[in-house]
Amino acid sequence: MNGGRNAGRGPAFAKPKEKTSVILLKLWRYLEKYRYIILFAALLSIVGNALGLVSPRLSGAAINAIEDARGVQFPTVIRYVILMVVVAAASSLIGWALSAIMIRLSRNVVSKMRKDLFDHLTNLPISFFDTHQTGDVLSILSYDVDTVGATLSTDLTQIISSFVTVVGSFIMMVSIAPQLLLVFAVTIPLSVAITRWRARIVRPLFSKRSRMLGAMNGYSEETVSGMKTIRAYHQEEEFNTRFKTHNDNAVHATWHADHTAAVTGPTVNLINNLSLAAVSVFGALLYMGGRILLGDVSSFVLYSRKFSGPINEFANILAEIQSTLAAAERVLGLLALSPEQADDPDAKSIRDCSGHIQFQDVSFGYEEGKTVLHHIDFEAAPGKVMAIVGETGCGKTTLINLLMRFYDVTEGRILLDGTDIRKLKRDELRRQFTMVLQDTWLFDGTVFENIAYGRDGVTREDVEQAAKAAHIHDMILSLPKGYDTVVTGSGSSISKGQKQLLTIARAMLIASPMLILDEATSNVDTQTERHIQHAMLQLMKNRTCFIIAHRLSTITGADCILVMDKGRIVESGTHQQLLEKKGAYYELYHAQFDTPQDSD
Amino acid sequence: MPTIAKYIRPYLKRISFQMLIKISGTVIELFLPAMLSVIIDDYAKRPGGEKGVWLMGGLMALSALLAWLFNCMANRMSTNVTREITRNLRRDLFRRITALSAAQQDKITDASLISRLTSDTYNVHNMIDRMQRLGVRAPMLLIGGIIVSLVMEPVLTLVLIATLPLLAGTVIWSSKKGVPLFTWVQEGQDNMVRKVQENMAGARVIRALSRTRWEQDDFGRVNDELAGRQRKADLTMARVSPLTSFILNASLAFVVLVGAHRVHMGVIGPGKIISFLSFVTIILNALLMVTRIFVMYSKGSASARRIEEILLTQQDLEQEEGTQETEDAHIVFDHVSFSYNKNHHNVTDLHFSVGHGQTLGIIGPTGSGKSTLLSLLMRQYDADEGEIRIGGKPIQSLSKEELHSRLGVVFQYDFLMADTIRENIRFGRDIKEDAMMDAIDCAQASFIHEKEGGLDFELNVKGRNLSGGQQQRVLICRALAGDPRILLLDDCSSALDFRTDRQLRHALRERHGLATTVIVAQRVSAVMAADVILVMDGGRIIGQGTHQQLMDSCPMYRELCQLQLGGDAA
Repeated sequence: MNGGRNAGRGPAFAKPKEKTSVILLKLWRYLEKYRYIILFAALLSIVGNALGLVSPRLSGAAINAIEDARGVQFPTVIRYVILMVVVAAASSLIGWALSAIMIRLSRNVVSKMRKDLFDHLTNLPISFFDTHQTGDVLSILSYDVDTVGATLSTDLTQIISSFVTVVGSFIMMVSIAPQLLLVFAVTIPLSVAITRWRARIVRPLFSKRSRMLGAMNGYSEETVSGMKTIRAYHQEEEFNTRFKTHNDNAVHATWHADHTAAVTGPTVNLINNLSLAAVSVFGALLYMGGRILLGDVSSFVLYSRKFSGPINEFANILAEIQSTLAAAERVLGLLALSPEQADDPDAKSIRDCSGHIQFQDVSFGYEEGKTVLHHIDFEAAPGKVMAIVGETGCGKTTLINLLMRFYDVTEGRILLDGTDIRKLKRDELRRQFTMVLQDTWLFDGTVFENIAYGRDGVTREDVEQAAKAAHIHDMILSLPKGYDTVVTGSGSSISKGQKQLLTIARAMLIASPMLILDEATSNVDTQTERHIQHAMLQLMKNRTCFIIAHRLSTITGADCILVMDKGRIVESGTHQQLLEKKGAYYELYHAQFDTPQDSD
Repeated sequence: MPTIAKYIRPYLKRISFQMLIKISGTVIELFLPAMLSVIIDDYAKRPGGEKGVWLMGGLMALSALLAWLFNCMANRMSTNVTREITRNLRRDLFRRITALSAAQQDKITDASLISRLTSDTYNVHNMIDRMQRLGVRAPMLLIGGIIVSLVMEPVLTLVLIATLPLLAGTVIWSSKKGVPLFTWVQEGQDNMVRKVQENMAGARVIRALSRTRWEQDDFGRVNDELAGRQRKADLTMARVSPLTSFILNASLAFVVLVGAHRVHMGVIGPGKIISFLSFVTIILNALLMVTRIFVMYSKGSASARRIEEILLTQQDLEQEEGTQETEDAHIVFDHVSFSYNKNHHNVTDLHFSVGHGQTLGIIGPTGSGKSTLLSLLMRQYDADEGEIRIGGKPIQSLSKEELHSRLGVVFQYDFLMADTIRENIRFGRDIKEDAMMDAIDCAQASFIHEKEGGLDFELNVKGRNLSGGQQQRVLICRALAGDPRILLLDDCSSALDFRTDRQLRHALRERHGLATTVIVAQRVSAVMAADVILVMDGGRIIGQGTHQQLMDSCPMYRELCQLQLGGDAA
């Protein structure tokens, strides 16, 4: 978990290449529960193929009846014609049923895969989200997953049914002219060798294509969300140029894979054609030597055509399979990232806690060897208000990260009610906190949904009450649809400060023994802040609170103020005590009352 | 898809040439069976025909090689063409997106723009690729088959041609249904993109609130919906090919029936029917390929339309004619009103001016219209009423160049890229190392020098490996590094401690005193030295003047000062 913030940057998921068999085995796990359906689909396709073979026989029989020496036998002809229509209908129905089955199956698999990926994402350590581009992850969830799905729905049955044809034709050829099989003894291994060789070349190219598309998607997502700034600096041209590089890379990687794979099909076809030539020549020679009958040569040729047909098809599918394997590799690579360390088997449950927090000699670094917190040692008694102040970058937010177990301590320990928080169930631990961050997070939903988000079964009244307390009720009512107005992430008609008030209202609905306010009102004006003061006090009542704020006026009432500098606690005490000390806090506190006139 | 066609047109020559090669390859391959029958029917039966057998065999091998060569060439050429078209299309799409106005982008949403840029362009790529590969063989076989059968037996062919309206109907029906269905699928894709984006941005909050379970379920809903739409679209399209093959097979039966009648009449011999039927099979296969092309076409053209929608978006916020007036002030707001949703005004009757090199401070409660004012000043939106002038020129008459170059701006929660600090400050502009160093110095961002690699320190996604205050200072560096004439700072020091904030203001005054500066802030101390201070409330300016003037005339301002600076501030 302490793997470092910079660990996974750049094109992600470039994990060591898996063996094909391992990938296939893992993919099979998704298909396993459909094995009977797959078997049924294979049977259907065999029946469908068989019906396809019956049809020429029926028309043949009809023609025989036409050709009858006694003149055209209309009743017989009509009977066969009707049969032809029936068979056509049956084979169409089977074809339709087959594709319907495979579509359902592949869509289920794809959907399951996407769900698994998403669920896995929600369990990944927080550091993952700091180091991976959303667009790259999106590319896995859409492009890579869909590539796998497309292969499943179309290629799978095709492979199964061609396998049947190949085996059948082979048996027929053995029975007709074993000598001629010698030709295939050369060409088949040659085809196999070439196919494998091509696959080995093509596969890394497809991997690269997936990666490059992912990188381009990552860049697209990043820049689209920063477009406002790009336009403000009039750097459209520059970013177009940069996008061009990503686009060129993605397009080139796609082209390179396709371009290289484009040879595989014709090459296998070439070998088949060469073997046809060889069969004709040797067949003719054998016939001339009186070894076999002419009819045998011609039917051997016919079967060898049947035989090579599916092999051709297979060679074409093969390119698609390579791209599928490359895509599956990325899907599985993401799924293989280790999630947040699982709870200890004997992790304790915490339903109710008093909110007693102790930091005991805690040190921590995001990267090994780079400690950012040094020997932090303090205690927060239940219901007390702890304020953490200090210059930006001194480790205040890191402290919170540890408390919430977004990261785990490197040294020392943090106790909640006397128990090491690493020995508690993580989910339940987090539920003991309510957190309001400076970086507000609203999702694409109504105002009501956004406020009610933290707790289940919240009524309209609860929400309105919270909104009133957070001084945002009137503003909500002025929106076009009041509480039912949809808030979009980029929606500009709600200001940042208002967003902070919404998240405060959200926090007000959550009853937890501990509260974290990390610059929760930094974009709220002082007056509004004062208006909500009462509500904030209400919110803080009977909870252990951790407050990070630059506006020191908001923390003067804290029970204990921790002053941090460069990852250490340099002072602690109440507002009064610290002022009397005339140390770091004294300076910080007086800095804010400096008027510009003073500083000039 | 007229716009997409424009992208294909320049390559038509190459596409036709490539198709010609492909056709040649296919034709050569078709000769192979003919040579084979020569070997077996002719040379093998002739005494001493061994030489002929070897010769023909060699010829077959040669043809096979030629076919291989042509097919490879054609395939590779088609990937070249696809590459060019996709590249150009995606490049232009991105270019158009950068040129959208903020209002247009809000309306389309980021999620949809992202999926158009990625998944839709990919669908179009696939369409063009497959169309080239299948697009030659199928029509060639279809037309060839029909011509040969017409020559051979016109009456029987008419039976086939009679089914054409039915087949055409099926294909048209399918693409009519398909395009909206696939559009619907892509919209489902947008929703999924949005959901994932949200979750990756809000990972901390979601976990802090223990809503992981709920988010998983909600994604399940979005995902099921997308899978359902994809299934529906696929299933609808999957009806096409069995339907076509049934129509053709049934018509085959009719051919036999009509053929029987004609044999009975003594017009044709039964052998004709046999060879006719084998051609019908070729036609059948070709038609099945054509239907597959149509499915791909539907999917691709749904995506193509979504791309077109962006490409054809009317350019708004165009540069307009305007007259230069001599005006002393640098920035003038002349009774400006604006509304985001054109429902009720977000800002009303803004009226003020700022002189060259002056500082304008804006203060007021949350949601009072401060950021909106800045948006209007940057012309992210056009005012509904009134006029904004910069340097005497109406803002609409300024080119983007004039308006944005030498503009330094820091938004609230601005954009940091996963790139080096240097690149984040440079932001694509041509900025000298000295200027960058000055900016760092002025922005109180010397912490950069302590980072590993200094300016070359790599930032994480959204700059998450910097603290909030460090992020803000990097952004301020960006704004200052271009030596701006106009500097817009929207609450850019909210995460800075007071001491740093004070030093920053001091440095700004000293080094960028010539720039006209607009500072939006919550802290009175950040604006009180400004030449003009606007006090805003409810989208209106309720007080305007210097600190002293406002202390006398504006109760709200006075209250703020008392609150923040203590009673003795005045």
